[in-house]
Amino acid sequence: MTDLPISSTAAAARPWAAGAAVIVTAGVYAWALLMAEETWQVTGLLVLAVAAVLAALKTGFARRLHQDWAASEPRLNRLAFAALIVLIFALSDAHFALLMVATTLLYFTAAMGLNIQFGFAGMANFAGAAFFGAGAYTAAVLGTVTAVPPLLTLAIGGAVALVLSLPLLLPILRTTGHYAAVVTIAFGVLFRTFLEVNEILGGPQGLMVAPMRLFGWDFNSAPVIGSYEMSFYVNYALLAAALAGLVFVLVRRLERSWIGLHMDAVRLDETAAACFGVPVARIKLTAFLLGNAILGVSGALYGMMISFIAPASFTFSDSLLLVSIVLLGGLGSLWGSAVAAAIVVLLPEKLQLLQEYRFLLFSILVMLVLLFRPDGILPRPLRTFFASRRAGK
Amino acid sequence: MDFGLIAQYLANGILLGTMYALVAVGFTLFFGVLDVIKFSHGDVLMLGTFIGFTAWMGLAAIGVTNPWVQLLGVLICSLGGTALIGAAIAKWLVLPLKKAPQLNTLLITLMLGTAIREAVRLFYPNGSNPKAFPALLPDAAVELGSFSLRADSVILVLAGLGLIGVLSLVINRTRLGLAIRAVAQDEETARIMGINYTLVVLATFAIGSGVAAFAGIMNGLYYNEINFGMGLILGLIGFSAAIIGGLGNLYGAILGGFLFAGLQVIGAALLPFASAYKDVFAFAVVIALMAWKPTGLIPERSSDRV
Repeated sequence: MTDLPISSTAAAARPWAAGAAVIVTAGVYAWALLMAEETWQVTGLLVLAVAAVLAALKTGFARRLHQDWAASEPRLNRLAFAALIVLIFALSDAHFALLMVATTLLYFTAAMGLNIQFGFAGMANFAGAAFFGAGAYTAAVLGTVTAVPPLLTLAIGGAVALVLSLPLLLPILRTTGHYAAVVTIAFGVLFRTFLEVNEILGGPQGLMVAPMRLFGWDFNSAPVIGSYEMSFYVNYALLAAALAGLVFVLVRRLERSWIGLHMDAVRLDETAAACFGVPVARIKLTAFLLGNAILGVSGALYGMMISFIAPASFTFSDSLLLVSIVLLGGLGSLWGSAVAAAIVVLLPEKLQLLQEYRFLLFSILVMLVLLFRPDGILPRPLRTFFASRRAGK
Repeated sequence: MDFGLIAQYLANGILLGTMYALVAVGFTLFFGVLDVIKFSHGDVLMLGTFIGFTAWMGLAAIGVTNPWVQLLGVLICSLGGTALIGAAIAKWLVLPLKKAPQLNTLLITLMLGTAIREAVRLFYPNGSNPKAFPALLPDAAVELGSFSLRADSVILVLAGLGLIGVLSLVINRTRLGLAIRAVAQDEETARIMGINYTLVVLATFAIGSGVAAFAGIMNGLYYNEINFGMGLILGLIGFSAAIIGGLGNLYGAILGGFLFAGLQVIGAALLPFASAYKDVFAFAVVIALMAWKPTGLIPERSSDRV
C-alpha cells in the first residue's frame, strides 16, 4: 500500500500532536471571537481565520491533520470535548457568549440528527425545524406539570418528535426524491400553521417554557463557587455539551456499525442494496425516526434554555437553516456540521454591522459553497475498515 | 348553506386554482427538461410582481392614466423581465449544477429564493412593508342573489385559463414545444437530432418564469396587495400541486393546482371546527395523497422499481 509521506519524525512519534495543537488553537480562537466586541476585532479575527485556513491548505498542513485525525480519532475527540468544557468555564461570566455556545451546540446536535437522514441514508427531511419545535413545545407543555422530572422531559421531547413522524412513515417509504421532499415540506408547513391557529398551544404568541432542573438544582440560578458567581447559562452550556457529546458518540457508533453500512448502501444505490438483501425499508425507517428523535431532544433543551417559544421560530426557513448546516459542513461529516453550526450561529451574531443583511449574505455564502466546494467544508472521509492497516503496519 | 355562499366559494376556488396551476406549470416544465426542482420559482414570481408594480409606478409617473394601457405595460415589463431572470438563473445556477446531486440543486435554488426575498426586503424602497397593488381592472359586479360576481375575477380567471391554453398549444403544436418535449424525453437523443439543448432549456425556464409572473400579477390584482414574502407560500403550494399532479406532466400540474385550491376551499367551507385549519387540512391531504400515489396522480412514464 502506498503510504503518504510523514514530514517529520517528531510527528510520527506523536501523531495526534497536530490535531491537539489545532484543538487548542480553535479553543483560544473561539474564546477570542466570543469575547470580541468591537467590529474591527471581529473582522480582524475572521480575516485571520480565513488566512489560517488558506495557509493550512497551501502548505499541506490540512492534509497532515486529516491523516492524524483519522489515525487517533478517539483521543482527539476526547481532547476536543475537554477543550469545549474549558471554553465554557473560561466564558463563565459572559451571558451572551455562553448563550451562543449553547445554541451552537444544540444546532450541532440537531444537525447530527439530520445527518443520519441526509448524510447516511440519503433521505431528504425539510421539516427539521418542525421536529425541533415538537421537542420545544413538549418541554413547554410538560413544564407546567411539575410531576415530570425535566430530564425525562428531554426524552419525552424526543419521543413526541418520533411519534409525530410515525404518520409520515408510509408516504416517506413509498416515495423517493422530490416526491419525498414534498412530504416533509408539507409537514413542516402544516406543523407551523397548526401551531399558529391552535389556541391551546398559545397561538402565534407562543408559550413560556419552565427551566431545566436536575436533582433539585434550578438551571436558571447562577452557580456560585466560593464568592465567584457564574452566569446561569453555564448550566445550559454544560448540559448542551453533554448532550452533543452523547449524540456524537451515538451517531459515530451508528456510522461504524452494520446499520451505518447499510445506510450508506441504501443512499448510494437503493436498488442494488435491496438486491443484496439490505432491508431498505427498515433502514430508512430507522434513520428517519432516530434522526427526528434527536431533533426533538435538542429542541426540548433549546426551548428550556431560551424559556420562550413561538411558532415563528420553527418555520420552513429554519428547517432550511438546519439543512444548510448539514450541507455546508459536508454530508455525513459530523465535525463538518460542528464547524458549520458555529459559522451559522456565530457569524450573524458577531457581525452586528451586517445584522440587517445577514440572511442575504448567508444565503449567498451557501450558494458559493455549493457552486465551488459542493462536498462541504469538511467532506466526509471514505470509510476505513482497518485503520491500522491504512497506516501501513 | 345557501346557493350564494357555495357559488362564492366556488368562484374563489376557481381563481385560486388558476393561480396555483400557473405556478405549478413552471415547476413541471423545469423538471421535464432538466429533472431539477427550481425552488426559487416562488420568489422569482414575487420579483416579477414587484417589477410589474415598479412599471406601474413608472407609467403613472409619466402620466399614463388609462388602466388598460397601464395593465399592458405592467404585463409586458413583468413577464419579459421575469422570463429574462428565469433564463439567467438557468444559465448561471442550474445548468452548472446539472451533474451535482439533486439535493444540491434543490438547496442552491432554495438559497437563491432566500437571497431574492431578502434583497427585495432590503433594497426595494420601503420593501419590508406590503405595497398596495393598483386595481387596474374594472370593479363592476353582477349581483346574483347573495352572490356577487366581480368582473375583475372573471377577467383574471379567463386570462389565466387562456394562458394555460396557449401554453398547452405551444408545448403540443409548435416546433419549440416539440423540442422541449424531445429534451424532456431523452436529452442525448434530442442533442443527436440537432436540437440546441441549452437554448431549449433557457427558453423553457423563460416561459415557466414568465407564466409564474402572470400568476403573481393575478395575485396582486385580486388581493390589491403585494409583499416580499408572497412568493414563498405560492411557491410551496405550486410545488406541492406539481408533485401531487405528477412531475413532468402539464395536465398533472393543472390538476394539482385546482385540487389544492379545492382542498383549501373545502377546508375553509366545510371543516366543522375552524376555517383557520384550511391549510393544515390541505397539506395533510397532500401527505395522504403521496402515501396513496407515490409518484403523483398522473405518474411519470418511466420509473425504476424494486
